[in-house]
Amino acid sequence: MNLRIGYYFKELISWMDDVFSPFWDFLSDVIYWMVTSLEGEFGAVPPYVLIVIFALIAWKVAGHKIAIFTVVAFLLILGMDLWWPTMQTLSLVIVSTFIALGIGIPLGIWASRNERLNIILRPVLDFMQTLPAFVYLIPAITFFTIGRVPGVISTVIFAMPPAIRLTNLGIRQVAEDVVEAALAFGSTPNQLLFKVQLPLALPTIMAGVNQTIMLALSMVVIASMVGAPGLGEGVLTGITQYKLDVGFEAGLAVVLLAMFLDRVTEALGKKHNN
Amino acid sequence: MGTEKIVIEDLYKGFGHEPGKVFPLLEKGLGKDDILKKTGHTVAINNASITVEQGEIFVIMGLSGSGKSTLVRCVNRLVEPTRGKVLIDGEDVLKMNPKELRELRRRKIGMVFQRFGLLPHRTVIGNVEYGLEIQGMPKEERRKKAQSALDIVGLANWAGSYPENLSGGMQQRVGLARALANDPDILLMDEAFSALDPLIRKEMQNELLELHSRLQKTILFITHDLDEALKLGNRIAVMKDGAVVQVGTPEEILTNPANDYVADFVQDVDRGKILTAGSIMITPEVITSKDGPRVALRKMKETGLSSVFVVGSGRTLVGIVTADAVLTGDNLETKDLSTVLITDVPTTSPDTPVNELFPIAAETKIPISVIDENKKLLGIIPRVSILAAISKKEVIQ
Repeated sequence: MNLRIGYYFKELISWMDDVFSPFWDFLSDVIYWMVTSLEGEFGAVPPYVLIVIFALIAWKVAGHKIAIFTVVAFLLILGMDLWWPTMQTLSLVIVSTFIALGIGIPLGIWASRNERLNIILRPVLDFMQTLPAFVYLIPAITFFTIGRVPGVISTVIFAMPPAIRLTNLGIRQVAEDVVEAALAFGSTPNQLLFKVQLPLALPTIMAGVNQTIMLALSMVVIASMVGAPGLGEGVLTGITQYKLDVGFEAGLAVVLLAMFLDRVTEALGKKHNN
Repeated sequence: MGTEKIVIEDLYKGFGHEPGKVFPLLEKGLGKDDILKKTGHTVAINNASITVEQGEIFVIMGLSGSGKSTLVRCVNRLVEPTRGKVLIDGEDVLKMNPKELRELRRRKIGMVFQRFGLLPHRTVIGNVEYGLEIQGMPKEERRKKAQSALDIVGLANWAGSYPENLSGGMQQRVGLARALANDPDILLMDEAFSALDPLIRKEMQNELLELHSRLQKTILFITHDLDEALKLGNRIAVMKDGAVVQVGTPEEILTNPANDYVADFVQDVDRGKILTAGSIMITPEVITSKDGPRVALRKMKETGLSSVFVVGSGRTLVGIVTADAVLTGDNLETKDLSTVLITDVPTTSPDTPVNELFPIAAETKIPISVIDENKKLLGIIPRVSILAAISKKEVIQ
């Protein structure tokens, strides 16, 4: 017996490719522009200046210890001669996270207020998170060929679920008596959301943001398989050509970048908590 | 009585997928539990009707699960009633659209919650001004109003603190200030003091009474505590299984419980605190000060009592004449009462709690006379009546 689910999926994807072709092209252009512009910005600033800026951000948000770590980490990256691929990866992560949050947080808010959407969304989120990432690289290539754009798209899909889940959870966790009080004094639905629910859900939402960034970073290697430039290339070279030194250096740079982003966003969440 | 402020009429609330399903069963006289078993629906409110007068403290009392919290939430539609009518100042609340309902909640009703419901991310004053802020009131104006609401509850110096740094009693004062900030006609208080320590609780009750006498708000107060209900309520509605079992003044509830449920409820109450001299006094036999000792003696023989009260014009209390005095020596032969009249009689006002009559009763054998501010004799309280009232036996008239 063969249900040929794969065949129908393939047919569906090629149908979508044909019918929505102008939309895919438009989306592709926008994303390409976003990533390359950001890369351009990072490329235009001398590395030492950028390191100072990163350190200042870390110092302001997370304290002097993380600031010192930031300086050391990025000097190490510079020393390994991986500065430019790191900036490319950072650009891809920032754009992907930005899109993932831009869709995920509103969707999470909506799911928190709409039980039906919540029920529909759950299996979809499971699907997005557990389907091996390689599998949705394939339709991404169909729609967007190769390069940065399918990398961003697959990263967005993979990294978005925690943003949706934790936004939804954070809003639902706001104590019922507080919500009831806000309604009893005549809050509109928007006032309830922006003055009560979102501020109180913020620590949880920030945990979701942090998770989304981490997942986005973990996608860089996979994204490089469809030709997205950056640190993933080095890792891929390490595997395919058995160059342990290249692979290890690129991997280390990913870890350092991840730690920087994690500590800073984590501190951001805690700051709002107090 | 004043004007009707809140009217709840034939109100039902069922929880479940199709709350309408429960009505035929209710009409058949099925109980709450049977309906739950048959349909999976909970009947939270079952045909409740109450009328709250302008300016009174109306207490809804019942055990947990009696539907009292649901009922109060039907007033501002935090809970949507299934069937029935809710009128505030004659306006049908259930027919209001979302915008009208918000206006009602913003301008006319303040609510205080059992678990305070304060916004933890806002300061005390930020909490108090919340209701004004969402109305779009300019910051300076709302700060001023919020500050004066904090003054009322005695927290003027805590404006900048966060709720988590306040004790439970203080948090509830913030809750109260928030409810008062927009100067509503109506305060809904849902178990407002139930989460507080007994001492703080008593203090808050007294302050609420003081506040009420000053601000004259209409207060709908929910509690499971009978003592609290009797202390605060001008009138009390007792609820059981979603239905209103009895509505009455505290004294009516105590002296005349509508059924065994209410009677059970009130049996352990310190009745001496609630019952007043006015409610246990009996009508005395009197003679006028123009009558002589013989008339007095005849009155005593008629009533079988050993004394008789003497009143002047307008039924003002003059004193008492006892049988002993009349029969001593040749007092019976004198024409007027002055020689036998005792004018130093114990008196009390009609709203004195019975508990406070004990010391008076201990010092004298004469019945205590209840008089109003013009010394008019309203009634008398023989010592036996005090004991009868406390032990909740019917007072024999």
